[in-house]
Formats: sequence, C-alpha cells, structure tokens
Amino acid sequence: MSATLELKNISRHFGGLKVLQDVNLRIPQGGIFGLIGPNGAGKTTVFNLITGLLPPTSGSITFDGKDLAGTKPHIITRSGIARTFQNIRLFKEMSLLENVMVGMHAQLRYGNLGLLTTSGLFRSEEKRARERARELLSWMKLDHKADDTADNLSYGEQRKLELARALATEPKLLLLDEPVAGMNANEKTELMHEIKQISARGYTIFMIEHDMRFVMGLCQEIAVLNFGRIIAQGGPDAIRNDPQVIEAYLGREDDEPAADGPHGIVTDGAPSAVAAGVVPTSVPVPGAQA
Amino acid sequence: MSGFDNFWAVYSNLVLGLGINSLLALSIYLTLSCGMLAMANAAFMGIGAYTAALLTMNYDTPFIVSIAAGMVAPAIVAFIIGKPTLRLSGVYLAMATLAFGEVVRIVVLNTESITGGALGLNGIPQQTQWWHVLLALVVVLLVLWRLRHSRIGRAFESIKEDETASGLMGIDVGAHKMLAFVLGAAIAGLAGTLNAHLTFFIGPNEYGFDRGVDILTMAILGGINGLTGPVLGGTILTLLPEVLRGFADFRLMINGVILVLIVLFLPKGLWDPARIRNWFGKGGKQA
Repeated sequence: MSATLELKNISRHFGGLKVLQDVNLRIPQGGIFGLIGPNGAGKTTVFNLITGLLPPTSGSITFDGKDLAGTKPHIITRSGIARTFQNIRLFKEMSLLENVMVGMHAQLRYGNLGLLTTSGLFRSEEKRARERARELLSWMKLDHKADDTADNLSYGEQRKLELARALATEPKLLLLDEPVAGMNANEKTELMHEIKQISARGYTIFMIEHDMRFVMGLCQEIAVLNFGRIIAQGGPDAIRNDPQVIEAYLGREDDEPAADGPHGIVTDGAPSAVAAGVVPTSVPVPGAQA
Repeated sequence: MSGFDNFWAVYSNLVLGLGINSLLALSIYLTLSCGMLAMANAAFMGIGAYTAALLTMNYDTPFIVSIAAGMVAPAIVAFIIGKPTLRLSGVYLAMATLAFGEVVRIVVLNTESITGGALGLNGIPQQTQWWHVLLALVVVLLVLWRLRHSRIGRAFESIKEDETASGLMGIDVGAHKMLAFVLGAAIAGLAGTLNAHLTFFIGPNEYGFDRGVDILTMAILGGINGLTGPVLGGTILTLLPEVLRGFADFRLMINGVILVLIVLFLPKGLWDPARIRNWFGKGGKQA
C-alpha cells in the first residue's frame, strides 16, 4: 500500500494572474515534506487545490491511485487527506472534545436513521469517539482542557487543537499550513517534538512553513515555490545552498556593474531633460551630452 | 375537579397553542442551529395544514394519515426548493425563503376551487386532542435531543461556525443543510396539521410574513443553543398576548420590540446556560 500524492503539471490561474504554473510534486508515503517560498508564491493555493477547495485550471492530482479532480472536499478528506489552516479555523464555541469529535464524523458507524433506532450501537460508537478524541488531545497535551471552549485557548494551543482535529479524520496524509506561525520559541520546540512523534506513528506530513529552523530540522525533502513555479527540490542541505533559492529569498545582488551598458537610471537612449538635469555629468549617460 | 374543567374550557386552546408554538419554534431552531436563516417555516406550516385539512375534509382520512401527509408534503416541497436555495447564505437565503413563502400564500389565494381562496377552509373536524399535541412535542423533543447529541448535531454546529472547515472534516455540508431544512419543514407541517384540526378554520393569511416573524421571534427570544430555548420562547410568546390583552392592537409591534431587544442585549436568547451558570457562580461567591 502506498498512499502517494502526485501533482502533475498543475496550473491555477485567477483571471490573468498565474498563481501556479506547471507544478509537479510527488509526496510518497512516510516522512515529512516541506514546501517553502516567499509570501505570495502560491503555497496555500497548492493546499487548496489538493483539498478540493479550488479546482486546478489544468493538470491532475492523484492520491492513493485515485484522481481527485472534481471531487468534493469532504470526499477528499474521507479518502485520507486532512489539513490545518494558516489562519486558524476552529469551531470556537464548541469544546475541545467536540472539535475533535467533529473530525471523527465519517468514522462513526451508526447511520443517520440508525441513530434513532439502534441505541446500543449509538452509545458504543459515541463512547469510542470520545475516548479516541481524548487520546488525540493527549497527543497534543491538551487533554486537561477537553471541556473548555476552543476560543479560550492560547494561540499556540489553538494550532495544536487544529492538528488534533485533523488527526481525528484518520488521515494518511496530513497537510500543515504554517503550523508554527505566531508561536514563541518554546512552543515551536514543543510542536517540533510532537510533529516528529506524529510522523513516527506512521502519518505522512506535508507542511508549508516559513520558519527555516523548523523546516530544515524536520523535513527530509523540501520543495521551493517562487512565483508559482517549483524552483528547487531536495534535502535540507541542497536547498540551503541552492543559488536560485538564495536568490528568491535574499534577492539578486543588483548593484554589481553589468559587463556592458549602463545601470541605475536607464533611459531609452533619447536625450531626456530629466535624465540630463538630474544625473551628474560625471556619470556617463548615453544620449545626454553635457 | 370542576375548577379544572372550567379552566380547561376557557384555556384549552391556549394550552394547546403553547405546544404548537413550541413545535414551530423547534422547527426553525433546526435550520438556525445549522447556521441558516430560512424564513419559510410559516409556509411549510401552511402547506402541512392545508394538505392535512383537505385530506380530512374531502377523503375522511384517519387523523394519523392526515398528520403523516401534513408532514411529508412540506418535507417534499422543502427538498425541491432546498436544492437551489440552500446554496445561498445569510440574508440571501432569508430573502429567497421569504419570497417562497409569499408564492405559497398567493397560490393558496388563487386556487379557490381547492383551497377556498381568501375565504379559507371552514369546518375542519376538531380532531386534535390535548394528548396529540403533548405526544407530538415529546416525540419531536426526543428526536431532536438524540440528533443534537450525535454526529449530526455536531455537524450542524460545525457548519454554523465554519462551513469550509466543516467540509474538510469529512462532513457533507450540503446534505446536512438539506436534512435540517427538510426536517424543520416536517415539524412545521406537524404543527400546522395539529393547529388546523384544532381551530376549525384556516386561511392563507395565517401563514404569511407575520407568522414567519413570530416563529423566528420565539426561537431567538428563547435562545437557539439548546432545545429548552425554543420551547421557552414559544411559551412566552403564546402567553404574552393573553397577559397583555389590553394591548392587542400592538401585538406585532411588541413582538418586534422583543426581537430588537433580545438581539441587542441577549444575543444568545433567554435560555443561555453559560450566562445562568455565571449568575449562580457570582451569587455563590458573594454568599
């Protein structure tokens, strides 16, 4: 069994804006994978496409051998992909326990009519759900707050609850959208430990993250997205030293003099009063005769 | 005993009205608990009332058959209009369902040969007994209670809070919204049927906009975070006109004022367990 996620030639345009162009990604089962890139590179769009919130403009996404094109989000979730959100989306007025139990919706084996007739099955299934929910909360060290409402949690705890809720759908692949955004250093270290444990339990993890220490410390393989294209892919060391990645993050050193032609203010060659007036005469400006 | 008989002779309609209005409040509670402001419950009540009353009057059907038909008919209509309209959200859904309610009212007005048009239906046999209403209310409460404490109840609540996240938890959002809408329609139809067989007469204007706002006010007044709220709201709004009999002309105005005050000051309704616990908690500390 190999629950591999594969994106082939995925493009997504919003009107004239090409957010993703010809993205190819393969996430094999097992391990932790990272997707990094500057703001606006299209990372969250990748997750939205995988989870069915957006259809791709072209290309195909397959998971576990099945084509996900045109599949509704809840079916994709049931096939084994769960996610968390960059801007936390918990059910704020529900208790932690209920939040996690919502994630177990599709695993409860009483039918919609059975719930009125089969008292025994209903009770045992609800009990199983509660116990599993408590177990998942304990993985995230939130079980002592199981009956609090979700909006009473700190920011870091809310992110952990989202993770527990995602795990409740019993996914094979877990998509984490910036899991440590807004966390302090302690919380980050703690979460790093917990993600390692989740991975050790056999879940495949695919995460978007900005925190380089976090990504480099966790991921075996990292893909870098810039302006909608994958510009590099490989292990943490390869990514750290890739010139294109360094350029995407730090920018090119633009102020090196080019081998030929001028730089700085570039006129189109015609005499321009502005260029002639502003630029000091000592700098050779073509077309502006001092 | 004769004291009770006297009381019952005078107030039986009022007491049964409590039950029927509670059922109506529970019917809109279902859609509200799923995050939908659907305003078609008065129309569904009317569809149920007319279907059942026409069956009883024209075909002499047993009461239980009339009740079943009075629930199934609005449920089917809800399913059909739900397909296109439940994609809408917020105020747009409210507008679409209000418009549907008007359509139903006008259709009833203009099909005189069947429904009696503006004159309504007269002489409906009074088959509703007090225990019918009580039984209906108890059964509906039991079903809704079980629903609320099951995965469906959690799904409704999660849809109310965040539809997108709810879908990504493996919940079929569309199907659950439809379930809430159709079930709400059936309960409204049940209330309509019981009411029609109690009041002897029904007319199209009983199921118009005013009734829709009444139903909404009952649910909002009582609170929609549980089953107690709607029943409490239904009870209060049934008793209020009796207590304030002198202000009968201002009934709708008073209802409107209640709605505004509740939304402004008690957005979770009168029955808000957290707030009540808070009161007692504070009282305990002071003592």
